[in-house]
Amino acid sequence: MTGAAVWSDAVTAARLFAADPSGTGGVLLRSRAGPVRDRWLAMLRTALPPSSNVKHLPLNIADGRLLGGLDLNATLLAGRPVAERGLLAEADGGVLILAMAERLSAATTAHVTAAMDAGETIVERDGLSLRMPARFGVIALDEGADDEFASASLRDRLALHLDLNAIGVRDAEEFALDVGEIAAARARLPSLKADAAQIEALCTAATALGITSLRAPLLALRIACAGAALAGHSRIEQEDLALAARLVLAPRALVFPPADEAAQPEQPPPSTEDEADVSGGEDQTPDIDRALDEVILAAARAAIPPDVLAALRTGSVGRSRPRSSGKAGALQKSSKRGRPAGVLRGELRAGAKLNLIETLRAAAPWQPLRRREATGVGEGSRPRILVRKDDFRISRFRQRTETVTIFLVDASGSAALHRLAEAKGAVELLLADCYIRRDQVALISFRGSVAELLLPPTRSLARAKRGLAGLPGGGGTPLAAGLDAAFVLADSVRRKGQTPTVIVLTDGRANIARDGGQGRLRAEDDARSAARQLRGAGVDVVLVDTSPRPGISGEAIAKEMGARYLPLPHADAATLSKAVLASVG
Amino acid sequence: MATAFPFSAIVGQDEMKLALLIAAVDPKVGGVLAFGDRGSGKSTAVRALASLLPKMKVVAACRYNCDPDRPAEFCEDCRVRATKGGLKSAQVPVPVVDLPLGATEDRVVGALDLERALARGEKAFEPGLLARAHRGFLYIDEANLLEDHLVDLLLDVAASGENVVEREGLSIRHPARFVLVGTGNPEEGELRPQLLDRFGMSVEVKTPDNLADRIEVVRRRDAFESDGEAFVAKWAKDEAKLRKKIVGAREKLSSVSVPDVTLELAAKLCMALGTDGLRGELTLMRAARALAALEGAKTVTDDHLRRIAPSALRHRLRRNPLDDAGSSVRVDRALSEVLG
Repeated sequence: MTGAAVWSDAVTAARLFAADPSGTGGVLLRSRAGPVRDRWLAMLRTALPPSSNVKHLPLNIADGRLLGGLDLNATLLAGRPVAERGLLAEADGGVLILAMAERLSAATTAHVTAAMDAGETIVERDGLSLRMPARFGVIALDEGADDEFASASLRDRLALHLDLNAIGVRDAEEFALDVGEIAAARARLPSLKADAAQIEALCTAATALGITSLRAPLLALRIACAGAALAGHSRIEQEDLALAARLVLAPRALVFPPADEAAQPEQPPPSTEDEADVSGGEDQTPDIDRALDEVILAAARAAIPPDVLAALRTGSVGRSRPRSSGKAGALQKSSKRGRPAGVLRGELRAGAKLNLIETLRAAAPWQPLRRREATGVGEGSRPRILVRKDDFRISRFRQRTETVTIFLVDASGSAALHRLAEAKGAVELLLADCYIRRDQVALISFRGSVAELLLPPTRSLARAKRGLAGLPGGGGTPLAAGLDAAFVLADSVRRKGQTPTVIVLTDGRANIARDGGQGRLRAEDDARSAARQLRGAGVDVVLVDTSPRPGISGEAIAKEMGARYLPLPHADAATLSKAVLASVG
Repeated sequence: MATAFPFSAIVGQDEMKLALLIAAVDPKVGGVLAFGDRGSGKSTAVRALASLLPKMKVVAACRYNCDPDRPAEFCEDCRVRATKGGLKSAQVPVPVVDLPLGATEDRVVGALDLERALARGEKAFEPGLLARAHRGFLYIDEANLLEDHLVDLLLDVAASGENVVEREGLSIRHPARFVLVGTGNPEEGELRPQLLDRFGMSVEVKTPDNLADRIEVVRRRDAFESDGEAFVAKWAKDEAKLRKKIVGAREKLSSVSVPDVTLELAAKLCMALGTDGLRGELTLMRAARALAALEGAKTVTDDHLRRIAPSALRHRLRRNPLDDAGSSVRVDRALSEVLG
């Protein structure tokens, strides 16, 4: 698609979303920050009703601000607990914009998605127990680079997925949105309903495209309704369904549907007793269904970019599990600030975190007494609540920094022959242990001429196992590239406030240089300099020599890294994992 | 939300629905964990449970949902009030209490009532979510994302059936027995093994892969969203039927017999799978009995055992990362070995 075509879809998406923000869930806007994105957001703003709230959710929002809690000022003034609404409740009836959605913590994402599902927020905090309406549409700004994505649970709930990265400012010409038309569509929306055949057609198309989640056809339905409302249709037309297929289903497609429509929809089984009621008694003739399916599929097919199409044809995407879900947690990161470890009576020194609620609780029982003592002392200016120094309570957190264990596995020919299977086994055993300690693991392999991140830091054993299962062996030993990759990952782990540990499984015999060139000498040189880089960063490294005859090369590299060296000539997976554990502690 | 999607209108998901019904019949089976695909209706099913369950009898105005028929388990307040004569009882809906992820500890276990403390200088206890969930269900969506310190609290209370509060000069204990229900997606992270262990049953939830079912799910969901009340009304009869079934099963439960041979089979099955402790056998037996009661059977049969074994045992297997087969497959294997 050309940039202009993408932009025109983006404009359509803005209109559809504006017509039904909470019904469509929202828009995933994958785009770098820049004029194109700004223009789209500005356009959206004009399309929304002037009264609607537009709230921005910053990346590192505190739970209290997001969900609501006790309002400090108001509580002190009133002398009784006063609740403060959180951002989710404030966005009710409007739009919530998520900044850097690809980096949103799992917990924050869960709060947002829970509110989206229930249309309300449930607050159980600071002595308050509240339910507040929270119906809003979400704009998730995803600035992710190649492998970074907003979490799958969020994407699943947003009808429209846009990618504006490919288009230039010149393509993004300003469209004059007809605000009146959108308002009229909003009013028309409740009267629009899909009939049974249309629902069936959307489901069939979604299945043919390999989409597992049932939210996709449901959201496509919402978009079809919004599309019909915008077009001024009195009922949902084929073109509305086609629009929904193009904008909602196509971006989620995992399988390219065969053009000759070999996979015919199965005939629905004899209807159960209630089915007829629910469908509204509409008769469905299979012929019409088929035609409708074909229209929808054709629309979706046309919207799937040709390069993706080629990849699908070569079969890189199996029909097994949706790959996208695997990438979901790529950015899952812990935003733990240590677990609360109780409160302490104490002074407010720098860095101490006042626990307001506990402070007030400590002060509360003394109020009548203090008030009596304080009579006569400037009646008018006296605060409603008399808090004394003794009452101050400080939150204590037990900082438990998470460890991310990065496995760097040599999958080159020399290693593959001997030890790859063992290494895999050992990694899995270690994974199981990391899992018990709630640490995270990541996996990088190197072979041929490059290193590859097979598994971004995760706690999910299921995902890790999948990553390992597909680990192929063979080719050269680009040790330098592997160590570099480990260094980069360790660095990013550290920036998230976690502690990286690198476990290298290799025979240490580098033969591919950093630039991919052959030649043992240069390769070893590069490996040594990569190793020094790791040592310079002060990363904990364990080198497991997987060579059948552990020798000088492994030990030398370990020394350069300041790593613990574990020669394991005849280890099976279990011994290996035990040895590594013992040495990591 | 005012109206919940009717339980009986949920398409497919038979294993999850059965597990929830079993927990409703016999809370002693110890809770349900539903892990699986996004958008497959896990939370919908749990929320649907609240309006499905028959009402329960409580001491009127008791903050801990005390059962008037069990004076031995009364809370402090009820004990005092009982001595002064006649406690009134009331019928209330069975609580299905949400434990939201961002909850703070004071709201979970209960704490000094800030309102009364500030306004009147009184030291009074304000019960938390655990008190509210007593004799009902405590529901954690995205259970794998729950913060560790809250998990610790839950483990403690779930084990003892009692909530002990010692804070801010308060010293209070009250009964807190609830069915723990958790949902989540394994892609977001694993559940802590200790918590996993607390669940009596664990079910794997998958999006239906059969087209007709998928269409039916979307159709019903759409009908519900466009007119919730009409939809609920349409399903009221089925809901009532199911409710009656639960009530009937609860009454029958104690009279369902478990033959020795069946018990032996259950033990053999657990041994074959190498489950830790005896909790596996116990849950297996209880769940099979509740299933039999639901179906109006007088005795637990091998078939009941077979059908319930995957839910009762799959999360109790020792982890063997080298075995690529999922837990369900391993349970199936053991089943065919033991039961033939």
